[in-house]
Amino acid sequence: MKKDVKTVLKDNTMVIVLILVYLFFTITTKGAMFLPMQFNALITQNAYVFILACGMLMCILTGGNIDLSCGSFVCTLGAIGGYLMVIKGWGTGVSIAALLVVSVIYGCVLGYLIAYVDVPPWIATLAGYLAFRGLGTQILSSNSSTGSIAPFPESFLKLFSGKIFSTKLNVLNVPCLVVGIVAVILLVVFSFRDRANRVKKGYDADPLGMVTAKVAAIGAVILLFAYKLAMAGGIPTVLIWAAVIVLLFDFITSKTTIGRHFYVVGGNKEAARLSGINTRMVMFAAYLNMAVITGITTFTVMARFQAANSTAGTNYEMDAISACFVGGASAYGGSGTVPGMLVGALLIGVINLGMSLMGIDANLQKVVKGVVLLGAVAFDIISKKKQK
Amino acid sequence: MAKILLEMKNITKTFPGVRALDNVNFKVEEGEIHALVGENGAGKSTLMNVLSGIYPYGTYEGDIIYDGEVCKFHTIKDSEKKGIVIIHQELALIPEMTIGENMYLGNEVGSKRNIDWDKTYAEADKYLKMVNLTESSRTKVKEIGTGKQQLVEIAKALSKHAKLLILDEPTSSLNEEDSQALLDMMLEFKKQGMTMIIITHKLNEVAYVADKITVLRDGATIETLDAHGPEKISEERIIKGMVGREMTNRFPKREGVKIGDIQLEVDHWTVQHPKYTERKVVDDVSIYVRKGEVVGIYGLMGAGRTELSMSIFGQSYGNLLNGTLKIDGKEIHLKKNDPADAIRHKIAYVTEDRKGNGLVLSQSIRVNTTLANLGGVSKHTVIDKDAEYAAAEDYRKKLKTKTPTVDQLVGNLSGGNQQKVLLAKWMFAEPDILILDEPTRGIDVGAKYEIYCIINDLAAAGKSVIMVSSELPEVIGMSDRIYIMNAGHIAGEMKASEATQENIMGLIIGRGQ
Repeated sequence: MKKDVKTVLKDNTMVIVLILVYLFFTITTKGAMFLPMQFNALITQNAYVFILACGMLMCILTGGNIDLSCGSFVCTLGAIGGYLMVIKGWGTGVSIAALLVVSVIYGCVLGYLIAYVDVPPWIATLAGYLAFRGLGTQILSSNSSTGSIAPFPESFLKLFSGKIFSTKLNVLNVPCLVVGIVAVILLVVFSFRDRANRVKKGYDADPLGMVTAKVAAIGAVILLFAYKLAMAGGIPTVLIWAAVIVLLFDFITSKTTIGRHFYVVGGNKEAARLSGINTRMVMFAAYLNMAVITGITTFTVMARFQAANSTAGTNYEMDAISACFVGGASAYGGSGTVPGMLVGALLIGVINLGMSLMGIDANLQKVVKGVVLLGAVAFDIISKKKQK
Repeated sequence: MAKILLEMKNITKTFPGVRALDNVNFKVEEGEIHALVGENGAGKSTLMNVLSGIYPYGTYEGDIIYDGEVCKFHTIKDSEKKGIVIIHQELALIPEMTIGENMYLGNEVGSKRNIDWDKTYAEADKYLKMVNLTESSRTKVKEIGTGKQQLVEIAKALSKHAKLLILDEPTSSLNEEDSQALLDMMLEFKKQGMTMIIITHKLNEVAYVADKITVLRDGATIETLDAHGPEKISEERIIKGMVGREMTNRFPKREGVKIGDIQLEVDHWTVQHPKYTERKVVDDVSIYVRKGEVVGIYGLMGAGRTELSMSIFGQSYGNLLNGTLKIDGKEIHLKKNDPADAIRHKIAYVTEDRKGNGLVLSQSIRVNTTLANLGGVSKHTVIDKDAEYAAAEDYRKKLKTKTPTVDQLVGNLSGGNQQKVLLAKWMFAEPDILILDEPTRGIDVGAKYEIYCIINDLAAAGKSVIMVSSELPEVIGMSDRIYIMNAGHIAGEMKASEATQENIMGLIIGRGQ
């Protein structure tokens, strides 16, 4: 199946929108948006969305189901973490394990209610949305007069925040650049090997020119990021976490039978069931996974703010949901990809960052964000309709 | 000669890349029932959409002359004003609303801001009587069966003062009894002077009601036959026009297939309705299939055929009260509500409802083909996309599925090709026992023939095939042995060579009293 330039562009509308928006802010901020610091900010400020949206995407794939409780759950988990580590003085490893156990328990309860009792996900997670915000705040206020718990132990902070091989600003960080170059080399090797394999076996393969262009474009972006991050002091630790999780979920959704089950359950639940797929187990797994992912997100958030407080995680669920939908996931389930979600999350992140740099009033920022999101998704849908 | 009520002249309609209608001419006389036949994709529905204004004036070439004047319909409302009412194949009623609300949907009685519900229901009841429905129009649509829903659609059409009624596959979701009642009603309307166009695949219905038959093929009118002419129009004659070649035998012969030992044996199988537990949907059914044998199960709608099939398939329907299942003489206990367990025991159930619970329309042919046997193309849960592609491609060629590529979304395929993908999915699961539930529902004559050939190949490969069907000629033509099912029971069993439509129906009527 040969694709012309036009279809390639239409398949990647959101990427083009992302680039245009980035350019727009670079111009309006007189280049401030292009400074190394802002690349660093883009990653550290949005890492929670990248991670959380991986879990959310799995839920959405099963049929447009969402988890409203994850933001509030971040608050409660953070409060428990603060209580354990700061007040009780538990070790970092034990505390992390304890928090993950709490996540798994919540995930099992939620998954059981949704998958086996057939409570609608909306309702089940709305309950968590309310309850966990209250519970987290309660734990915090009964253990601290200020309503926030700090400081977290250094070993915990180092694990989830800060930089690897940190150097000063505007001094080229060599390890960071090396990682970037290695990533590009791996990309080149895998892309061309994959294509060569397909050609050898006689399957449909994209033309060499297209593969080259794609690899060149993605490679250039990676190198740009690597360079900018290298100039901003090195690789943010949280980027490693986000990258590992994003790559893992990309692999699961695109390459494994488990991932396929999620798509099929979302596409046609009855057909999936009659094909021998345990649809209830898939629903259960989606929400158990979501809770664990929320746990990991909590660690990065606590480490970044270096404190547990009652506003932690506010609107995180909405950020994750928007990233998925802006990234092309279907609101009815059955379609959506991790790379798409990533582009969606970046687009939202870029808009946030750009407007802050421009010094736009916070209230107005929300208005603009709403309009841009709606516009971007509408544009995407319209251009796809025309394609048909 | 009677007055020509409708004439469609040189209608040409093109979609991007496709010429759906090519200079079609179509004439309907006042007071006749005119059948429009043709294979799927021949352009029947497109032609009717042009007529009813769904494709507005200007998007097609040619003229529509209705009741002596040239018409330019821009919306369905325009054509309805003239009395042209179309009843679509897929029922378009809203289950949660009452019959009355549905009948006057978009056509509300009273003023714009204030619907006159009393008048609505009174009017609706009047039209319901005309179609012999005794239900009150205040009944919710979900509470009546599909047969009655079809009648509501007709009542709805009548309420729009239809002069020319177009019925698109009106009996496709009805059982034989309801179909017959509907056809008789059409004849009744004809007596009262109504003109009707019926689109159907069922040629026995054409023979029963039609005065004229127009055959479409590949977007062009092939011929118009007169049912009351000097020459009797046989089904073979119509099929010849539809497919463009003589089809001397609609059911391919199965030759030299050795029928082996009993593979599947079901005894005293009794299944309870999942909700209304006092109802036994399948009652004390005992059947068996031999290797290489095609066993037909015939029954009217509601006889419990699908329920029996799904219950055998890992108890995916209802509660099993009693019964044993033996495979190759060994008793097997399949886990309740676990199709995966049935698949492991080499049983496949090919559903009658390919869109509802057979295929994932939003996914590609490739994904659907491997759905029931993902393990066959993966290692340690990682899917080998190349192997998957090869498998899908293999079945595309074997089953002659018409598609540019196996990456095509299943939702974009025609009914016959979707059915082939569904079959491919289950053949790829490599079952020994296949339960085919209405394998040729809603697909055209040519595709049916191909499906029959596939069934024969399966039998020749030593598979045990159970074919559930509500089409008598198909059951008789394709089976080695036939079970007749009625009201949850097996009403009889006979060799296909001894079966006739009369003695099968006789068994059902005899038992039904």
